[in-house]
Amino acid sequence: MNKKKLLATPYLFWSVMFIIIPLCMIFYYGFTDKTGAFTLENITAIASAEHFKALWLSILLSLISTVICLLLAYPLAMILANMNVNQNSFIVVIFILPMWMNFLLRTLAWQTLLEKTGVINNILSFLHLPTLNIINTPYAIVLGMVYNFLPFMVLPLYNALVKIDKNVINAAKDLGANPVQTFTKITFPLSLPGVISGITMVFVPALTTFVISTLLGGSKVLLIGNVIEQEFTQTGNWYLGSGLSIVLMIFIIISMILSAIFDKDREGALL
Amino acid sequence: MKKELINLENISKSYDGQLILDDLNLFIRENEFLTLLGPSGCGKTTTLRILGGFEAPDTGRVIFDGTDITSLPPNKRHLNTVFQKYALFTHMTIAENIAFGLKIKKMSKSYIQDKIKYALKLVNLDGYENRMPDSLSGGQQQRIAIARAIVNEPKVLLLDEPLGALDLKLRQDMQYELIRLKNELGITFIYVTHDQEEALTMSDTIVVMNQGYIQQIGTPEKIYNEPENAFVADFIGDSNIIDSVMIHDELVEILGARFACVDKGFGENKPVDVVIRPEDVELVSPSEGVIEGVVSHVIFKGVHYEMEVMANGFEWLVHSTKMFSVGTKVGIKVDPFNIQIMNKPASEDEEAVSIDE
Repeated sequence: MNKKKLLATPYLFWSVMFIIIPLCMIFYYGFTDKTGAFTLENITAIASAEHFKALWLSILLSLISTVICLLLAYPLAMILANMNVNQNSFIVVIFILPMWMNFLLRTLAWQTLLEKTGVINNILSFLHLPTLNIINTPYAIVLGMVYNFLPFMVLPLYNALVKIDKNVINAAKDLGANPVQTFTKITFPLSLPGVISGITMVFVPALTTFVISTLLGGSKVLLIGNVIEQEFTQTGNWYLGSGLSIVLMIFIIISMILSAIFDKDREGALL
Repeated sequence: MKKELINLENISKSYDGQLILDDLNLFIRENEFLTLLGPSGCGKTTTLRILGGFEAPDTGRVIFDGTDITSLPPNKRHLNTVFQKYALFTHMTIAENIAFGLKIKKMSKSYIQDKIKYALKLVNLDGYENRMPDSLSGGQQQRIAIARAIVNEPKVLLLDEPLGALDLKLRQDMQYELIRLKNELGITFIYVTHDQEEALTMSDTIVVMNQGYIQQIGTPEKIYNEPENAFVADFIGDSNIIDSVMIHDELVEILGARFACVDKGFGENKPVDVVIRPEDVELVSPSEGVIEGVVSHVIFKGVHYEMEVMANGFEWLVHSTKMFSVGTKVGIKVDPFNIQIMNKPASEDEEAVSIDE
């Protein structure tokens, strides 16, 4: 064994211990029943009304959050990309500042803000305005997802947009394109790699989250992440929990493959 | 005389308090190949960007074909730009790139097809319709950028150092190609470069700029042979620029020796700058020359030898096909027609510069 390979051993150990073995265990539990016999029941359990509803709601809320993130992040990323570095670093810092705080804390803060007698509603009732009752509803979960995952959309978009040569934009204008045409025909297509990685980076964690839905959805809104968590921690049914995890994994892999294909088309076209 | 197509009137522009263009006035004639030449930071690219509409001047007006276009956005101007680093649309095929402007103008499909064919033929790249820009070499990409601009039939083509990124041989080929294109299309070319050789090869008119001012406007021959000040003389080719005194008409004292010249009207005993091109310095035997000197350096340059001759405290740059070895005593002689007399610089920006580019 040469020295370079020797250096890789800790990582190899790490990935075996914390990635390969757990994965194997998930697959083992997912495909067996309590007696240890092979079964597909844990997988097909997703088709039950309750599980399917949770999965469907997870996909729906993640998609909505992803779209909202994209719509919010794109203009911001464009503004940042058009500023010079001195101007935008301040805004970037302001934007990243909340990310230095713990994810759980930030979500808990939203819980306090949104509660029926929370900060926001106190202010609203003080001003004699109708109160906001979105805590423990899907709206609160979407709010939490957008708030937590927005930076993951802004950064790849910003990176894609700053890479576009200003003269390419100028060339489009020079050839007669008005601002709208310049955006739809040049800026947006050229920023697609950023759009795709932004969508992946928001959609995948949103799909699997259970913290946001637990804290902001109460026990009233169950996402697939909550169902899996409950199987492991409360019911103690590791077999069903693993089976549902495998199903969720399949959905994540599908979304990754879709974005990779989309990205490859572009990359392929570039060659 | 062809009519004036573009007039720049009293254009000034500054960035962050730094003056880039100071009260610039310039007219450009129809079907002219005009080059804006100068070192980096002289304002030539800013001038081009003001013409293209990418920058607005702080003061002054841009008149195009009789109308004021100063505040018109780039997409409404009848001129097209070829950018320094091609600026092709990398997500589109070559055909889509060329068709971009025509599609925006909603031209018919068959018209666009014909135009793509015609433009690719013009730049010698037929058959490249379905290639992607990244699969082309730098020179090919630049030709596509030109094709993309000219299918719109602009009255004026603006070129911003289009050959800057190409290697020497390709650059020379492209220079001839551009001259051919200009003659075939019969439109006005406004070309920005810092390469004096490029400017001399292609231009009908050269505008030499420095520090936001126009130093001289003229044909390549005039700019080379009769530079108006030390900056122009120094920037266009090699030259010997020497402090001298004009004794009276047609007689100048250079480094203590008197030379006959052909210039008049500078006054008597007036300090002037004298420009003598290295190829105009004749080396003869010491007794035949006006000044005597010693060869201090010799470099073989292919077509000629480049020599430095120390004479009367000045290092003369000499180009000659005849070689004199280092240490040889020589005489220096200059034909009166080859001595160019200039007034002393009135301001700092007219002084000779050392160019690192």
